[in-house]
Amino acid sequence: MSGLGGYALALGQAGLCLALAPGLIGLIRWLKARMQNRRGAPVWQPYLELRKLFAKEVVVSTNASWLFRLAPYVVFTSTLAVTVLLPILAVPLPLDGVGDLLVVVYLLLLGTFFLALAGLDPGSAFGGMGASREMTVAALAEPTIAMAMFALALGAGSTNLGQIVARALERPAEAVSPGYLLAFTALFIVTLAETGRLPVDNPATHLELTMIHEAMVLEYSGRYLALIEWAAALKLLIFFSLLANLFVPWGVTASPGAGALLLAALIYAAKLAVLAAVVAVFETRVAKLRLFRVPELLSVSFVLALLAITASFLSR
Amino acid sequence: MVAAYGAGAAVALLAGSGPVARALSAAGAIAGAGAGLLLGLHALAGGGAWTVAVPEVVSVAGGLLFRLDALGALFLVLVSMVAAPAALYGVGYSAAYAGRYSLRWLGAMLNLFLLATSLVPLADNVVTFLLTWEAMSVASYFLVLTERDRPETVGAANWYLGMTQVGLAFLLASFLGLGAESPTLDFADLRGAAAGLSDAGRGVLFALALVGFGSKAGLIPLHVWLPRAHPAAPSHVSALLSGVMIKLGIYGLLRVGLDLLGGGPPWWGMLLIVLGAGSAVLGVLYALMEDDIKRLLAYSSVENMGIITLGVGAAFLFQSLAMPRAAALALAAALYHVLNHAAFKGLLFLGAGSVLHATGTRNMNRHGGLIHRMRWTGPCFLVGAVAIAGLPPLNGFFSEWLLFQALLPGIGVASPLIAVLMVLALGMLALTAGLAAAAFVKCFGITFLAIPRSDAAAAAHEAPVSMRAGMVALAVACAGLAAGALPVLATTGAVAAGLFGLATEPPAFRLWLTFQTPAGLARMSPPAIVVGLLGGLAVVWLAVRVFASRRPLRWADTWGCGRVGQTPRMEYTATAYAEPLRRIFSAVYRPTEDVTVDHHPESRYFVQSIAYRASILPWFERYLYEPVLARVRRWGRRAQSVQSGSVHAYLAYVVVALVLLLGVLLATGAP
Amino acid sequence: MLLFAKMLRVGMATVPLGPSLPGETELLHLVREVDRESRRLFGRALAIREVDAGSCNGCEVEITGLTSPVYDSERFGIHFVASPRHADLLLVTGPVTRNMEVPLRKTYEATPSPKLVVAVGDCARTCGVFKGSYAVAGSVDQVVPVNAFVDGCPPEPAAILRGILTALRRPLRA
Repeated sequence: MSGLGGYALALGQAGLCLALAPGLIGLIRWLKARMQNRRGAPVWQPYLELRKLFAKEVVVSTNASWLFRLAPYVVFTSTLAVTVLLPILAVPLPLDGVGDLLVVVYLLLLGTFFLALAGLDPGSAFGGMGASREMTVAALAEPTIAMAMFALALGAGSTNLGQIVARALERPAEAVSPGYLLAFTALFIVTLAETGRLPVDNPATHLELTMIHEAMVLEYSGRYLALIEWAAALKLLIFFSLLANLFVPWGVTASPGAGALLLAALIYAAKLAVLAAVVAVFETRVAKLRLFRVPELLSVSFVLALLAITASFLSR
Repeated sequence: MVAAYGAGAAVALLAGSGPVARALSAAGAIAGAGAGLLLGLHALAGGGAWTVAVPEVVSVAGGLLFRLDALGALFLVLVSMVAAPAALYGVGYSAAYAGRYSLRWLGAMLNLFLLATSLVPLADNVVTFLLTWEAMSVASYFLVLTERDRPETVGAANWYLGMTQVGLAFLLASFLGLGAESPTLDFADLRGAAAGLSDAGRGVLFALALVGFGSKAGLIPLHVWLPRAHPAAPSHVSALLSGVMIKLGIYGLLRVGLDLLGGGPPWWGMLLIVLGAGSAVLGVLYALMEDDIKRLLAYSSVENMGIITLGVGAAFLFQSLAMPRAAALALAAALYHVLNHAAFKGLLFLGAGSVLHATGTRNMNRHGGLIHRMRWTGPCFLVGAVAIAGLPPLNGFFSEWLLFQALLPGIGVASPLIAVLMVLALGMLALTAGLAAAAFVKCFGITFLAIPRSDAAAAAHEAPVSMRAGMVALAVACAGLAAGALPVLATTGAVAAGLFGLATEPPAFRLWLTFQTPAGLARMSPPAIVVGLLGGLAVVWLAVRVFASRRPLRWADTWGCGRVGQTPRMEYTATAYAEPLRRIFSAVYRPTEDVTVDHHPESRYFVQSIAYRASILPWFERYLYEPVLARVRRWGRRAQSVQSGSVHAYLAYVVVALVLLLGVLLATGAP
Repeated sequence: MLLFAKMLRVGMATVPLGPSLPGETELLHLVREVDRESRRLFGRALAIREVDAGSCNGCEVEITGLTSPVYDSERFGIHFVASPRHADLLLVTGPVTRNMEVPLRKTYEATPSPKLVVAVGDCARTCGVFKGSYAVAGSVDQVVPVNAFVDGCPPEPAAILRGILTALRRPLRA
């Protein structure tokens, strides 16, 4: 798909991700509530929260600089830019030539970088702690992401996202090959680490000493907070999309017709719901790890990713 | 040669140390750099290689011979690109030295250094190369020694001189070995001679050259002079050392390894990859632990040189495996990273110099809140930090992306040993990228953000115009290298292809970057990413303006759980920031902690003070260098016994030496 | 597995909130009317920051019960946040002690507008048994502007919830 239709598809994809992201968070919260035997907020609650936040006043610390006010925009823009590059509805992607899997990973790292700086800016102890921990976890997760990516790239022949999906569609048997399964597991663990879910970080905690991501945003209010929360939801959606559409690509359509796109969107939403359920069950079952046990978890995922590459290599 | 004139003319301005003289001396350097830049660009844009011979000078060893080819031109452009902003910056920076240190010496040595550094890539003959190399080293030694009343500077300069001379000895050995069979010492003849050497011979020569050039480039374990010398030098000199001089180590490696020796068996590339990956990871790990801003940047240079060496090693490896296209790609990526690193590391050192100039200290734990008081340095340093962390949309990201793509073909190679090595190298590269991002959040965040941690930081002032201009120039260079990624890449690609004997296409401007990998297509569009991110930022900002609340922003105290007042003691320090990583990598660091608690004399329940000292184990100094140095000292003391002080003994030595020499000459039958 | 078996066995534990019990309406004092804009804004999503201004923690235990499966404040869109910058409503307990007077004021200042304050417990309105103590600075209303008081020592979680919802003029059904 090229030309104007292609760009419309890319924008439509971005819009779809923006629209679905808070719902995804809401779904996970609703599932966890039901598993805690309570009614819980409706699935669309995060949308109401975002709407409220955009209407609230912004309070900024006197110690903070222009970077503090710039950071939410950078985080949001870089995360949104990723959604334009992902294979969500159709391949070949219109913006295939702009970025591949590596670009996706580094765009997300750009957001983390600025968020960490914004945590340090107001000069509070919590912000510094959040920045320090977040960068530690991000740095340790990088090798695993790279290895998992290269395991996929080995099979597909390049790190180009459209090509990986196309390859998996061509050869369904590869989706259950040991290389792919190991890479999936490794990437799942990294998803939990990078998006701040249990067992790495508890998104609902109020105890500052247990926070990683939340500690950096304690100073934000109003629309800045809304942008950051939305970006966090988008990041979760992005990781879920990678897990869903790179490893289980059926549902991603090759034809640009309206009916096919609608079906693709529905299947995509279904895959997201399944992943949300898995994460909700997992979060209910496990407890949060001590901070210095997280590197052990991440090295397990690294070893899995290394095995994934070895398996991909051997099976060629 | 205009470069030589421009830089040299300013050397003559040894007269006076007033502001006019400083400006003139810098102007000379800038003119020289400009000339060098033009020369290099002309050669890269398609002008053929040309030579200049000066046989009268040093005629005993064949005279001076200069040749400008594509590889040399690239490095000449590199030198000039950083030299001009650094010299400009030096005008304002050296004002602080007036009266304390000799400014004439500084100006003269700076110009001499730039001249020598510009001439090294042009050398076409062993004598010229070694002469310019040594001139560069000696000039930089004097530059490092500028602030000579500080003991640490003298120590640093001594380490530096020692390692440079040791490196020179190895280089000399390597060149002489190469030249043993060759009629003259010209590089053209050396190429022919090298073809006739045995594999073992070439391996030995390569290893010797690796030690020599590796010590200049700062590869582990020969890197120990870097974290000492770069912080001790004046900041614009540090920028030049880190941005330009250590790259010439890579130049030397390419010239000798690829050009003269013509590549070799796979173990050359594998050794380079191992050294490169090791330097990268260890460099960034040590950078993370540093509290001194310039030492952090120096270790970060070690890290980036490791990354570049990784690319160069991959190029050597692919060439030995008969994959010239992959080799050219790897080398193009490495050369692009060379350019990028020069730009952003130069910028970062100039920024650190501004901070030092403003606060008087390099210790990050005494900085803080500088972004409010230094409105130019802050954004420039941020540009440098984002670039070196390898984040889009700046140039560091594009060269790291390319390096990843260039290493990928190595996984598909038939030999399992090489495939495993490549996989591990890729993993280490990814780890380095993540840790570098963490290190530069620390560097920028602790220095510039939050509240000033000391009175000096609270009273900081912005740098003078010349310093600001130098920094902005390099920041623009970073942005330019990012936005213009494709033409720059095409140029480095052409240079690399030339080295491997592939056909080159003239550099052309394209919007998309597409190249073939063995089984598929890798694509990225640098301009689209830059435009997309900046445009997206604008769109999001406008959308929020339209849809969000119109309430004005309110300023209030930082939320501290309702505590009264906020002091700098409550914010994170550089040491605290890096503490989780110190614990996680404690096997590498072997940290020791020492906590001393002083109790009140009246009662143990009241504490007067608590002192916390943390240190990490300096592996290389303790286990590699100190034993070697101790042994050298021991031998020196034993050799001292030869100096008995008696004239008779010395006369006897002379006679014995003469007799032995005559004996040797007779035995070998020389005329 | 035992965990999931238990989940299925217990089923839904949330009790419908229901109307006020007889006699409970005297426990709720609406002091400052919540304006229409705030009511509309906080209609379905409310973030609460709890501030303990010197209480004996009896009220805190009841407030903790608000997030339990039985009373489940989340079904009304109410959730507790970690920082007053994220909050819309401050839930204050305790007679304001002299040490907590400034922190309470600072918390109020740190909260972005529009903001509400609901004071929970007898101590918050009348200083309770601590009235006249040397350590007490005054009732909550004397430190920050309060929208509603919920009396009780301590009030039940359901009463607290009804108090918050009534202050916002919201229906008591989720």
